Amino acid sequence: MTSMRQVFVDTVEDVMRHDPRVAVVLAEISRDAFAPHERVINVGIREQAMVGVGAGLALSGLRPVVHTYAPFLVERPFEQIKLDFGHQDLGGVLVSIGGSYDDPVWGRTHQAPGDVALFGTLPGWTVRVPGHPAEVGPMVRDALARDDRIYLRLSLRENSAPHPVVEGFTEVRRGRQGVVVAVGPMLDTVLEATRDADVTVLYATTVRPFDAAGLLAAVRRVERADVLLVEPYLEGTSAHLATEALADVPHRLRSLGVRRDTELRAYGTAEDHDSAHDLDVLGIAAAVRRMFGHPAAAA
Amino acid sequence: MDKSGYADLPALFGRMTGDEKHEWAAASTLDVLWVLYDRVLDVSPDRVDDPDRDRFLLSKGHGPMAYYAVLAAKGYLDPSTLDTWTAWDSPLGQHPDRVLVKGVELSSGSLGHGLPIAVGTAIGLRLQGRTARTFVLVGDAELDEGSNHEAIALAGRLGLERLVTVVVDNASGTHGWPGGVAKRFEVEGWQASTVDGRDHAALYAAFTQDHPGRPLVVVAEIGKGERR
Repeated sequence: MTSMRQVFVDTVEDVMRHDPRVAVVLAEISRDAFAPHERVINVGIREQAMVGVGAGLALSGLRPVVHTYAPFLVERPFEQIKLDFGHQDLGGVLVSIGGSYDDPVWGRTHQAPGDVALFGTLPGWTVRVPGHPAEVGPMVRDALARDDRIYLRLSLRENSAPHPVVEGFTEVRRGRQGVVVAVGPMLDTVLEATRDADVTVLYATTVRPFDAAGLLAAVRRVERADVLLVEPYLEGTSAHLATEALADVPHRLRSLGVRRDTELRAYGTAEDHDSAHDLDVLGIAAAVRRMFGHPAAAA
Repeated sequence: MDKSGYADLPALFGRMTGDEKHEWAAASTLDVLWVLYDRVLDVSPDRVDDPDRDRFLLSKGHGPMAYYAVLAAKGYLDPSTLDTWTAWDSPLGQHPDRVLVKGVELSSGSLGHGLPIAVGTAIGLRLQGRTARTFVLVGDAELDEGSNHEAIALAGRLGLERLVTVVVDNASGTHGWPGGVAKRFEVEGWQASTVDGRDHAALYAAFTQDHPGRPLVVVAEIGKGERR
């Protein structure tokens, strides 16, 4: 199946054919994925310049797409993202691959579980986390047609089927005992882990802005205001926004995600890392049982 | 509002600092800014959104009084705005903000951001077939930031012939640049001129020289100790 990255590249190249505003800035990563084009600029292994050049393109009136591996896009040049795009009040589309630990054999240097949390410190960014390659095309077309600041977090992890791309949360399953929010590629695992639980499952691909109204509406339809937030990046990244959404509702909130308290010095597979962070079916199902009770008790 | 001349700058400067005698004269960027806005840049207050205007990015944003004074002298700012400098609701802070001040192209303050952005601006203008030039002003100590060297190498390799970097060199960097600032640019393919940063004729000649096929750096030397 076509990867999220390939859909991203194909879509950008397609839009570039008729939109002369679109220009791409790379830092070696994915340089061979794009066909040579005067508006595809590979700056070499220079990530600070990559983001600055992207901002300069925006300053000149173009719509920049800035793309590389997540830690080198978000963490290394983070001040450039904060100042060159945010403080200058310029628009741009930042697109990462690699996710939290798509390729764990490369170790910590190639893992960026904190990327969305970092964007959470900056005003004015839309953050989208697709869960299937078929969701990437509409997201990229939408991003290129806009003028604001957008971060797209692409991953090798994906669900078995796509959902229509919408801004708010999508109700995938309705239950009575509580609400589970699954972000992007976490959906299939969450659906499997909640198979025997009587809970509503919401699917989120846009996490900034956070669909507070959608979460509140879902909570009002269940018997208890219990919310489990399952994110494929740093645990609790969106917890404060869920808390704000439920500010007027006595509620319980639990957040699952990549653990904050330890650096895993381990390689192996992405599935191994899911297990280590309790982000596999077993780990999430255990959290679901603790939060929403055993299905036998709920019957 | 009437445009002012170079002789009016001390008074404009004094509206911010309250000291007409000393601080304005120490502003290392003053002469460079004046020559650029008076004789070199194709810009004006009624064309701040013209896509074909020249761009001037003040990367060394600390101590922007000379910049504000020149903008006021050239009609971008009402001189009375200078009186509000750094007040809560003033557009004029200790670092310039492009969102708040008409004609300011770059919000600066953190060093090492302007040159990479200028490289992107020059690339973007070239891609759109525009002939506007992009100028960026940095300080010699600002060159300590590694991001500049990413941009210097890239601009040289891309042959950005409508990009001009002005380095105001008052030898303020702690570790310095043995052999001179210009060498760091020349080795990456830039054309370089080093001139007296107070000499208006020399600055003008340096800014307006031909540099086909490659970017230009003008190192404007200011006496050591003229810190601002």
